Amino acid sequence: MKQEIKGGPLTRLIMNDVAGRRMMAIILAIAVIVPFCNLMFPEGSAFHVSTYTMTLLGKYLCYALLAVAVDLIWGYCGILSLGHGAFFALGGYAMGMYLMRQIGDRGVYANPELPDFMVFLNWTELPWYWYGFDQFWFAMVMVLAAPGILAFVFGALAFRSRVTGVYLSIITQALTYALLLAFFRNDMGFGGNNGLTDFKDILGFDLQADSTRAALFFASGIALILGYLISRFIVTSKLGRVLVAIRDSESRARFLGYRVEWYKLFVFVVSAMLAGVAGALYVPQVGIINPGEFAPINSIEMIIWVAVGGRGTLFGAVIGAVLVNYAKTYFTGAFAELWLFMLGGLFVLTTLYLPKGVVGLWAQIKDKFFSSGGGGQSGKPATDNAEGKI
Amino acid sequence: MLSVIQRTVLLFACVMYPVVAGADASPEKPNTALHAIAQELIDAGFREKQALTERLTTIEDPNTLKFMQVMVDGDLYYRKDDRVIVINGDDAITSFFTGKEVVLKSKRDIKKISVNNKLRIVLRGGIARLQVFSDDPEQRMQAAVNLLKSADDLDPETLEQALNTEKNTDVNEVLLLVKGIRLLDADNEAQRLEGISLLSGSLYPDVRGALANFQRSAEADGRTTELQAVNEAIEKIESLLTLNSVAENLYFGLALGAVLLLAAIGLAITFGVMGVINMAHGEMIMLGAYTTYVVQQLMPDHIGMSLVVAIPAAFLVSGLVGIAIERGVIRHLYGRPLETLLATFGISLVLQQAVRSVFSPLNREVATPDWMAGTFMINPALELTFNRLYIIIFSLLVLALLALVLKRTLFGLQMRAVTMNRPMASSMGIRTGWVDALTFGLGSGIAGIAGVALSQLTNVGPNMGQAYIIDSFMVVVFGGVGNLWGTLVGAMSLGVVNKLLEPWAGAVVAKILVLIFIILFIQKRPRGLFALKGRAADMG
Repeated sequence: MKQEIKGGPLTRLIMNDVAGRRMMAIILAIAVIVPFCNLMFPEGSAFHVSTYTMTLLGKYLCYALLAVAVDLIWGYCGILSLGHGAFFALGGYAMGMYLMRQIGDRGVYANPELPDFMVFLNWTELPWYWYGFDQFWFAMVMVLAAPGILAFVFGALAFRSRVTGVYLSIITQALTYALLLAFFRNDMGFGGNNGLTDFKDILGFDLQADSTRAALFFASGIALILGYLISRFIVTSKLGRVLVAIRDSESRARFLGYRVEWYKLFVFVVSAMLAGVAGALYVPQVGIINPGEFAPINSIEMIIWVAVGGRGTLFGAVIGAVLVNYAKTYFTGAFAELWLFMLGGLFVLTTLYLPKGVVGLWAQIKDKFFSSGGGGQSGKPATDNAEGKI
Repeated sequence: MLSVIQRTVLLFACVMYPVVAGADASPEKPNTALHAIAQELIDAGFREKQALTERLTTIEDPNTLKFMQVMVDGDLYYRKDDRVIVINGDDAITSFFTGKEVVLKSKRDIKKISVNNKLRIVLRGGIARLQVFSDDPEQRMQAAVNLLKSADDLDPETLEQALNTEKNTDVNEVLLLVKGIRLLDADNEAQRLEGISLLSGSLYPDVRGALANFQRSAEADGRTTELQAVNEAIEKIESLLTLNSVAENLYFGLALGAVLLLAAIGLAITFGVMGVINMAHGEMIMLGAYTTYVVQQLMPDHIGMSLVVAIPAAFLVSGLVGIAIERGVIRHLYGRPLETLLATFGISLVLQQAVRSVFSPLNREVATPDWMAGTFMINPALELTFNRLYIIIFSLLVLALLALVLKRTLFGLQMRAVTMNRPMASSMGIRTGWVDALTFGLGSGIAGIAGVALSQLTNVGPNMGQAYIIDSFMVVVFGGVGNLWGTLVGAMSLGVVNKLLEPWAGAVVAKILVLIFIILFIQKRPRGLFALKGRAADMG
């Protein structure tokens, strides 16, 4: 195998990860070049990137971060969460609440305190859980805290009582479904069916301005790189080894003396926070957050991004998220009827024929035709023995 | 006695008004007293009309009742040029005596036979009297219930007479209530108290209204004994009503439980017995519902029979699709439950889109046969709809049938053997592959049958399966995997809890509470209510 490179923790982290390094370089390049082309070249120029394209790419970057979060727990710890959309949406709502407060008296009803939908519902004062969201720092804390606390409580309950495998998947789905129903209610104070929208500005910058969009895009790129690095750091650490051990045989890891539930809880909370950050960056770019984001199907779609890209590789998740979402954008535009057939077919074909995703495709081909051993990425048994006997 | 009067009147009318009747140029010449009076009504002023109407109430003619009802509703008209009596109904104008539709050049060709309030009182009294003595007990019942709203329509003597002659106890009971309402207006206290005691404990909303009115006036006048009596009576009614609404919610809960049971039974097999997470299960239900739709399109003249045909058809369609899925995809994924989940989810998307492309994204109309409609009235405050009753019975039948297949047939035996110990079953000569396929087909087929039932309750659309998949999983997981009784208990208790929570929490919050309850319950008992013990329990 490759030579281990010594050095500081960060150097080691980056230098030992060739594929990840290349991918981070590409993301960094995109995060710089796209906003640059958008702002510096006039419309009509060959180098101009339209704001629409930039927003679209920005969405993909958020999805990619979300996919990394999913891969962290599914690829490395075997936790198939069908409720990660909930953490994404909670982060998004935290950001949305800040943006709502920023509207101030520019709403339709010109109420300086209350968002429009509350005035519409004849509410007279701000509910307590909206306090503090006029402060950016507080909103940012909540972006991490809301998904984090939910994941902590839920995970602590579930992992301690050893709810595993399919059962865990089903109750995470129940969780996001319950939240979907709850957020649809007007009484919850989150805008009900319509969610939060009509945002005006963030930190004083106009959200419609190209420069703000560009900054958000850049921020998304950086967040993705940071999220990747954090995840990479976790999975290459000793803790990461334990996680893989838990994935491959939970009871064996437990018998060896590891407190399995704490390891799982830790990585579950980290993953939920990453998903929350992705949601928070997503909302100002698309300009709306509504309960539809809690829909169970969204959470399942995230899984397929990771599966297509290559489970248990982290950078594969990024590739998968971008590929699938690009295909979605293209096909829903060009052949709307075909998209669900394609997505459905993708689910079936990936699970049947691409157990290691597109990232593992080359290794798979090599294995099959040249049978020269030496698999894909640093020996991750993505499916061979992962889920068999939970 | 009445008939003697009526005959006299009839004779009288025939003698007195032959000219008018003869003057009628219409093709029909019903030479009856009713017709004669009708012709006279056209020209009469209100005072004469009153006399005519009073006479109307005494003649014996099967059409009199209808005549008075149409008249009181203000739908009675006549054609100006030939004096034909017509009914100006909502959708058509028909001749009263022949029932044929009358085509008019202009709306002004007909004129209303107008009624005023005095006439209406006379008419209502006449209608009530006729109905109360009708031969049809159902009509008598209807008349009595109508009288609860307006007890004064019937004069006290006739009411007493009706009470004495009435043999049907149900009708008699209601007539007594009418008497009670009348007595509330009586002059002396003893009679009023008797009225209250007659009304106490009745569940008719009109009785409650009358008592509430009485309570107000008694309070205003400071009649304490009566007030106490009426308060007790109302309290009794209230507690009975609460009891009834609990019973009704229980019934709704059982019906919801039955729906959940139907939706989850198939899953109990594919997930519970085989350990396959079939996310396309909801789409099997949807296919069953669409099969019902297609069957109804094929036999539009026999909607009543269509459901009977649709049940086996839906079983076959969903079952065959299920077998195809098992052979095509799931077979390659045994032992990898999470991958199965993803693959079957993909299949569910494909099936949804296929249905959307073939039929349309819009909901399809599935007709409800007549025998499914209607209600079963236990008391005035508690009516049980037949369709819910059928669903409850049907779901239990399906469960029983399935239990029978599992316990008593060779296939069931082989299926259980494969579930318990696959290699051993295989070495005993059981073709495990085929057993898997058939088991999956059975589970899917039952989902199809559930679709037939659900097509009678909810909209049939491409997304209908999605609505049930999460609930079905909840039921199976809650009840305990691999256990049909668990599924039954799980479905029924979730349904009942949901419906009992609804009145005070609201539908959505009730559902959220149930979901949270299940999430917490799984923490306590990760393997559900009735967990399997032994080796199979570790397979999860």
